[in-house]
Amino acid sequence: MFDFISFIPRAVVQGIPLLFGATGETLTEKSGNLNLGIPGIMYVGAISGVIGAFFYEQSAGGNMNPVLAVVIPLLTCLLGSLLMGLIYCFLTVTLRANQNVTGLAMTTFGVGFGNFFGGSLIKLTGAEVPSIALSATSACFSARLPIAENLGWFGQIFLSYGFLAYVAVAIALVAAFVLRHTRVGLHLRAVGENPATADAAGISISRYKYTATCLGSMVAGLGGLYYVMDYASGVWSNNAFGDRGWLAIALVIFTVWRPNIAVLASILFGGLYILYLYIPTGTDLAVKELYKMLPYIATVIVLIIVSARSKKENQPPASLGLAYFREER
Amino acid sequence: MSEKTHTPLFHVSRRPAIPAWHAWAIRIGAVIIAMILSACIMGLATGQAPWNIAATQFDGVFGTPRRLWITGQNTAILLLISLAVTPAFKMRFWNIGAEGQVLVGCLASAACMILLGGKIPNPALIALMAVSAMAAGALWALIPAIFKVLYNTNETLFTLMMNYLATQLVAYFIIVWEVPKGSGKVGIINQTTEAGWLPVIGGQENLLPIIVGVIITALMFVYLNYSKHGYEIAVVGESERTARYVGIKVGKVVIRTMLLSGALCGLVGLLIVGGLSHTISAELAGGRGFTAVMVSWLAQFNPITMIFSSLLIVYMDRGAGEISTIYGLNHAFSDIMTGIILFFIIGSEFFINYRIDFVRRAGKEEKTNV
Repeated sequence: MFDFISFIPRAVVQGIPLLFGATGETLTEKSGNLNLGIPGIMYVGAISGVIGAFFYEQSAGGNMNPVLAVVIPLLTCLLGSLLMGLIYCFLTVTLRANQNVTGLAMTTFGVGFGNFFGGSLIKLTGAEVPSIALSATSACFSARLPIAENLGWFGQIFLSYGFLAYVAVAIALVAAFVLRHTRVGLHLRAVGENPATADAAGISISRYKYTATCLGSMVAGLGGLYYVMDYASGVWSNNAFGDRGWLAIALVIFTVWRPNIAVLASILFGGLYILYLYIPTGTDLAVKELYKMLPYIATVIVLIIVSARSKKENQPPASLGLAYFREER
Repeated sequence: MSEKTHTPLFHVSRRPAIPAWHAWAIRIGAVIIAMILSACIMGLATGQAPWNIAATQFDGVFGTPRRLWITGQNTAILLLISLAVTPAFKMRFWNIGAEGQVLVGCLASAACMILLGGKIPNPALIALMAVSAMAAGALWALIPAIFKVLYNTNETLFTLMMNYLATQLVAYFIIVWEVPKGSGKVGIINQTTEAGWLPVIGGQENLLPIIVGVIITALMFVYLNYSKHGYEIAVVGESERTARYVGIKVGKVVIRTMLLSGALCGLVGLLIVGGLSHTISAELAGGRGFTAVMVSWLAQFNPITMIFSSLLIVYMDRGAGEISTIYGLNHAFSDIMTGIILFFIIGSEFFINYRIDFVRRAGKEEKTNV
């Protein structure tokens, strides 16, 4: 019998970083910016949080204030990812550079940044294992509700996560609401669909693009922070985050640019990501590698179906990937 | 203070085409500024003077014959992948799946070496490897191309996904073929028989990719600039509607160009597995499929210029790698440096395409406003 009660929480913790990344990227793409730098930004978010936590743990010694232990990494993480968002915006919005190239450069830079400072911190601690363990900070991030354990399967499936997991869901739902039901969301979608028209209607294109992309980067950066502090129990090791950033971009397509769908879809992706652990393949380890393809295959299929049906509301923002210049129409 | 209308400080307008030398002066200027900046950063990180850093870097890239060969080989491989993606980019088909196309090329060559090594004569084996590697790369590029033509499916995202399918496929076959069982590695294939190893020219295994690189660069230059196909690609890239109007079958051009792109990537896979690594792993492409996108774009899709842009990236990568080895820094340092250089060059493009006119105001008013 398939063990759902242990499978679902594991799928959820796999899915949460993807949910952060996908919500951030959706906000970004709605403004017409295809930010392929998300994988790099998530690395930067993670390492910035780690740096903040590391220095706080060092300075506080044994008696850490749990509130500060959460707030400091959170702020450094947001700051790091905000800076990345600003670099991207400056290049693509102000200087109107090619978005694909800028995004890929951001990913090169961000992953390098993460691994470099991660590696340097590891050297600083003089540890023998190639990783930094911030277990005290992680304990604050992954604190669970004490009643969760008494509630049986219900507690395990719904209440067994650190607070950032609920933050992820909340941000996704708020983002979905804002995009669909508010004036700001309408303006943002207009900017992504047809910036010239939006401009004529008096909407400041640059301001919307900057705001959405920077907010998106910060949300995505939180995904990196969640991964290190909660999922990995505060252990940073280089390249451990892997290709989750790209998976988050895949998730955006999979959910046809709707963060509310992403809440469930991220859990599905998380489940597909670890499904190979649950499928009895006996001694045939090779087949497990094929199962790891599932999230990507699912994304490709959705991409094809969405484009084949060509329903207007399921398409990528019309001006996705294009820079806007007022004098050029 | 009570000024009602807001006068912008400067006005940005599109430049008419500027002379090529002018554009290149701007780009080279950006590279030089970025290099100086990165030398300063490396100086700060290591506590050395920036010029010492620059000298160490140069030495690390070109210092000994062996280093020179490896630099040449790395440049050639990166150049080949960049050339492979270029025709697609000229057509505004954002193929960022070179990574996967190279990997399946590697996989196909390795499969031939493992399954047929020693069973058929070596020249036949190498020919078969070449054909299957190119076919595999072409197939990997063809799938997104078909859907682009049929349904206008977003090719950037599709080719991106194809990379991971390739990675997992390689991971699968590594476990199928692993030697010894459970090691998770294939090891050197046909180490004793050397079946399927590409011929070593002049006792230097790094020479073959360089020769292939030179040949393909020349061919690609002619193909893009002086052939009917190249012309069609350019027209489709400039305006799909115009292309359709003059009777170019856009779908056919897209599929043909992507087949070419993928086959070239597959060929690189053959060079890597058959000529250099003689093994298969999921890291063989090593992110170069993505770097190639930037190299190709930096060169403005010009094959000749691409020699220099790929050399620049390899120089940064290996140079910063040398610095980090000598001064005990993390190797990821080179990625940061490459990133910074790229940001500068990407940014410099603005000053080529746009002109900034500072708005002159009456002298007195300017003083009160400052």
